[in-house]
Amino acid sequence: MRTKEIIAMLLAGGQGSRLGILSQSEAKPAVCFGGKYRIIDFTLSNCINSGIDTVGVLTQYQPLTLHKHIGIGTAWDLDKTNGGVTILAPHLKNDRGAWYSGTANAIYQNINFIDAYQPEYVLVISGDHIYKMDYSKMFDFHMKKNCDVTIAVLEVDLKEASRFGIMNTDENDKIYEFEEKPKEPKSNLASMGIYIFNWKKLRQALIEDNKIHDDSDFGKHIIPMMLENKEKIYAYRFNSYWKDVGTIKSYWEANMDLIQTLPSFNLYEEFWKVYTNMEHQAPEFIGESADIKSSIISEGCEIYGNVYNCVIGANVLIEKDVIIKDSIVMANVVVKKNSRIYKAILDENVFIDENVEIGTGENIINKSEPKIYNSEISVIGKDSFVPKNIFIGKNCVVSGKTCEDDYDSGKLLSGESLFIKNNKAEVL
Amino acid sequence: MRALGIILAGGSSDRLESLVDYRAAAAMPIGSCYRAIDFVLSNMSNSGINKVGVVTQYNSQSLQNHLSSEKWWNFGRKSGGLFVFSPFLSGKNSFWFRGTADAIYQNLAFLKLSNEPYVIIASGNHVYKLNYQDVLEFHVKNKADITLVSKIINDEDLCNYGIIKTDETGKIIDFEEKPLEPQSNLVSMGVYIISRTLLINLLELSIACNRYNFVEDIIIRYRKKLNILAYKFDGYWKNINCVKNYYDVNMDFLNSEIRNLFIKKMPFIETKPKDEPPAKFNLNANAKNVLVGSGSIINGEIINSIVFSKVYTGDNSSVKNSVVMDKSYIGNNCIVENAIIDKEVIISDGKKIIGKKEKPIIIARNSVI
Repeated sequence: MRTKEIIAMLLAGGQGSRLGILSQSEAKPAVCFGGKYRIIDFTLSNCINSGIDTVGVLTQYQPLTLHKHIGIGTAWDLDKTNGGVTILAPHLKNDRGAWYSGTANAIYQNINFIDAYQPEYVLVISGDHIYKMDYSKMFDFHMKKNCDVTIAVLEVDLKEASRFGIMNTDENDKIYEFEEKPKEPKSNLASMGIYIFNWKKLRQALIEDNKIHDDSDFGKHIIPMMLENKEKIYAYRFNSYWKDVGTIKSYWEANMDLIQTLPSFNLYEEFWKVYTNMEHQAPEFIGESADIKSSIISEGCEIYGNVYNCVIGANVLIEKDVIIKDSIVMANVVVKKNSRIYKAILDENVFIDENVEIGTGENIINKSEPKIYNSEISVIGKDSFVPKNIFIGKNCVVSGKTCEDDYDSGKLLSGESLFIKNNKAEVL
Repeated sequence: MRALGIILAGGSSDRLESLVDYRAAAAMPIGSCYRAIDFVLSNMSNSGINKVGVVTQYNSQSLQNHLSSEKWWNFGRKSGGLFVFSPFLSGKNSFWFRGTADAIYQNLAFLKLSNEPYVIIASGNHVYKLNYQDVLEFHVKNKADITLVSKIINDEDLCNYGIIKTDETGKIIDFEEKPLEPQSNLVSMGVYIISRTLLINLLELSIACNRYNFVEDIIIRYRKKLNILAYKFDGYWKNINCVKNYYDVNMDFLNSEIRNLFIKKMPFIETKPKDEPPAKFNLNANAKNVLVGSGSIINGEIINSIVFSKVYTGDNSSVKNSVVMDKSYIGNNCIVENAIIDKEVIISDGKKIIGKKEKPIIIARNSVI
């Protein structure tokens, strides 16, 4: 096999548990974003646009959609004879099966894959973030500083800094200390989870750390160990749009960033395109009775209703006299006539029957999962069915093919959840 | 594989006016995201034909660009694939293609080196959905020498088509190309099935006596000698051969039945992906009865129109009954009615472009108004 100077390892096995029902049947990188995209599209597009043509994608949690979506990488021009995209799922070793127990452990288990390309450098990224970044500039920085590790950092509000992994640097941006979610942050440089390593150094560190920790993690173990070993680690400052869409609220906000007249994250520039894999390309049809304002509408949609401030995925049907506002609608959703939907997220393949109302009433935080559903947004899970004339409040969750009897007098009050498990309805 | 395909995409038509100044008729943009040739390419691929030759000549650059990656139509395999034939110079021949038959003849090696028993010949600028396997079955069952796909057309100007007369068994007894006084309303859809060896023989015989046109010198000339049958097709079919037809085909996509035939019903019509973001409708957008391509940004009013990819319309502008092709820019306070706006046109603020319903005004590619 011919060698590569740099290859990328893309961590895409994360569950993203704070996305609640959205990431229950999908890995977080496979969750739809911005209408036609999935979250991982942004990182994969960054790779090919930066000239990195060899990418190992590490999957673990709910990988089905992800594997099908990536395929052999055709959509990103990553179907290469030498290199291209390779799916690296956990597998049985000689004596035992091993799941990926940590971010660094996942890379450790694929040392052979990396060795085959004999790279000088390895870029480690994750498929959880929305941003456009030229990794080749960061790579230039890495070469110029002649360092062992470069970590991309974002300047965040000092008040928010305690939510991130914080890099403390000297005046030359050389990192001397790393603190995970510090109570009293000393700097506002947050790690973006993007690393360039000299492969020899990383390889050695992975092997050493694996002897100590069996859940080896970059933030917790590898970086502190390399700092202790006095390796040269620099912070590379990135100052453009970057969003971790880890919570329902931040996921909703990042989607809404796309519909402003002058969006803070611009998908419409020729330079730095974002690619995705769509089964079928078709135009969208806007009917006589439709009214669309401040929204983006993806391929193959048919819109006959009123759509305001929405992000609409591919092949969605919105019927006459529907009002849908401040909402995210993913691919293949059907909303039948007269339904009214406010501030909701409808996951893929959801079917909303006639005259349903979602997202009105009192703002009561979700009772069973208060940490997840607390921002007025109601979420309807993948493949769900909501029957006619149902009323659903705020901070609600519905998942599964529900029928009229599952709702107490046709209502799901704010803060309540309805799950269909083993053909039985469960209201929480 | 039982058949290979040949797509004739070399033609042009003066009746398409400035729309074909920079492109072949087969590359005409249709239905917000397609090119005319996508329909026949998808028909071929969906009929299980995996080796297709595309004959180009006239303004072939935009077509070649479109075909550059054949994988979108499921070609580009180890067996089969898409072969693009352009005129070339060699020792003993240095002609442009002198006609449709000559174009195939000059690429006779493609036919000779293949081993599929049948050849399906189709035009690159017709919009329809047809499974060629059905026609092939008809051809084999009825022991035809040549089968030609035909359709009854009403209330059209028939003198722009090939008109067929058949006897009661469906055998063709007469065929007139663009007759002044049409004798029937059965028109040829420009789709032919013929056995590969017969085609090679006929081409060699014709070219030897300087006959270069497939329709005139093979179909019409041999209509009595060979068993040429008409297969009747009754689905949607339009030939992009004049501005009116081009405009009508696009407007037909506003009709749900026709739109769904191509967009929603399997098998789908495939095209080269554009990788544009979703279309964006801003605060003052007012879109009604329009087909919109990806990457477009709509600010004003837009009604009864076909909008392609990456189109921008400004505040307070109004676009009605128009076709607006890729990357065109319509400024603020503009009025566009009954128009065909070609690609990359810039219409500056406050301009009015108004054509007639029966004769839409054409704004040529790259114009600045």
